[in-house]
Amino acid sequence: MKKLLLSIVLISIHTLFYSQNDLLDILDDETPENKTENIVTATFKGTRILNGHSIENRKNEELEFIISHRFGAINLGFKELFGLDQSNIRFALEYGLTDNLTLGLGRSSFEKTFDSFFKYSLVKQRKGQSVFPFAISIFGSIAAKTQDEEFPIVERTFSENLSYVGQVLLARKFSSSFSMQLTPTFIHRNTVRIAEDPQNIYALGFGSRIKLSKRVSFNSEYYWAFNKSTSIDAKNSLAFGVDIETGGHVFQLILSNAITMIEKSFIAENTGDFFGGDIHFGFNISRTF
Amino acid sequence: MKSIFTILFCLLFAMFINGQNRYLTKSGAINFYSKAPMEDITADNNQVLSIIDADKGKIAIQILMKSFLFEKALMQEHFNENYVESDKYPKATFAGDILNFEAINETVSKQKVKGNITIHGITKEIVIDANFTKTDDSILVDGNFIIEIDDFNISIPAIVSKKIAKRIKVTFDFNHKPYHK
Repeated sequence: MKKLLLSIVLISIHTLFYSQNDLLDILDDETPENKTENIVTATFKGTRILNGHSIENRKNEELEFIISHRFGAINLGFKELFGLDQSNIRFALEYGLTDNLTLGLGRSSFEKTFDSFFKYSLVKQRKGQSVFPFAISIFGSIAAKTQDEEFPIVERTFSENLSYVGQVLLARKFSSSFSMQLTPTFIHRNTVRIAEDPQNIYALGFGSRIKLSKRVSFNSEYYWAFNKSTSIDAKNSLAFGVDIETGGHVFQLILSNAITMIEKSFIAENTGDFFGGDIHFGFNISRTF
Repeated sequence: MKSIFTILFCLLFAMFINGQNRYLTKSGAINFYSKAPMEDITADNNQVLSIIDADKGKIAIQILMKSFLFEKALMQEHFNENYVESDKYPKATFAGDILNFEAINETVSKQKVKGNITIHGITKEIVIDANFTKTDDSILVDGNFIIEIDDFNISIPAIVSKKIAKRIKVTFDFNHKPYHK
């Protein structure tokens, strides 16, 4: 009898306390499982880590206008105003055909190169029940150099001036303040300068983002090429920079040993030596419509 | 001894009975509207959960922040990443009392609701005026109120201060149906 009494009292007390919050608890139980809820977003801020692409796509039917600039090397000294007298610029329009597919067209002043690309998000990083530890995107581009060869003067056809790039982008957001990306890369060039230069270049990219505050993050990027062009003494590209977010735009300030902004150039044809002082200041500005 | 037992039993029984008379919606609508000199921003969430306990005159609301839909995807990303920090604080909640619940009937009446609202991990007590209509198989609640985002520790950087208002108008519309567990 006493035991029964005690259990009733305990149950009553439990019910009494439980009922304090029971309405919100019921709502917790009733919350339907939301699939998009578990998709990890904003692994990187922009569609570029610095020089190379990040796994971020433009959203459905969004058009982005990107202006990128790389000035001359800082070690050119005062006469060239530490590189600011020279500049390489790329304009591009990038459009999100769907949330997962971005198409882009760009034009760089360096070697008067046109480029077009697609980037498709295959798998998203997920939390929750259908957990997946990282995101996978694929990237492909074709670039056409339209500047005439001058040293030596040779006539080249349009197709001889084409280069192709294929990349697999593997990225993981480890925490809200740290993300990393690995980027295996394959580059094919229809024409090389001398026979010793490889037509096919294999490289692996490393990129990371460390969030410094809500709107500022520190990014770094390194592309390690397994084989290199000997005629130009090609170097691996290294870049450091900050992302600054200002409402509708993401503004990136960059220090890099590459003066170019498209994959086939900064991975396979970069000649700057970062630690020798061939550092180019640059920026990417994007405006979304 | 026996009488104590009977009282306790009745109390327990009453508690089990209590809370049977509940009304729930899983598709409540909340809109917020920010009017600033350079830009008007509005977002809708049509997956708001709300429950009313008609015996106690209590109401509770739960809002998933990531379910707010914006006109521009970038706005939505910034809202979740920078302002309400949805990964850290996925939900906003409200729990409170409908002050004069007995007066609610088939005709629309304005009642005060007093309770605690939690946004961005910060809880504040507020009193909201809302319109109530109760029929046999539904309780309708709608209305609007203003929140000051400073109260919830959501900071607006100076550079976008002309695009985001400090006072946000929140409009809600819930149609609760009887809820049986």
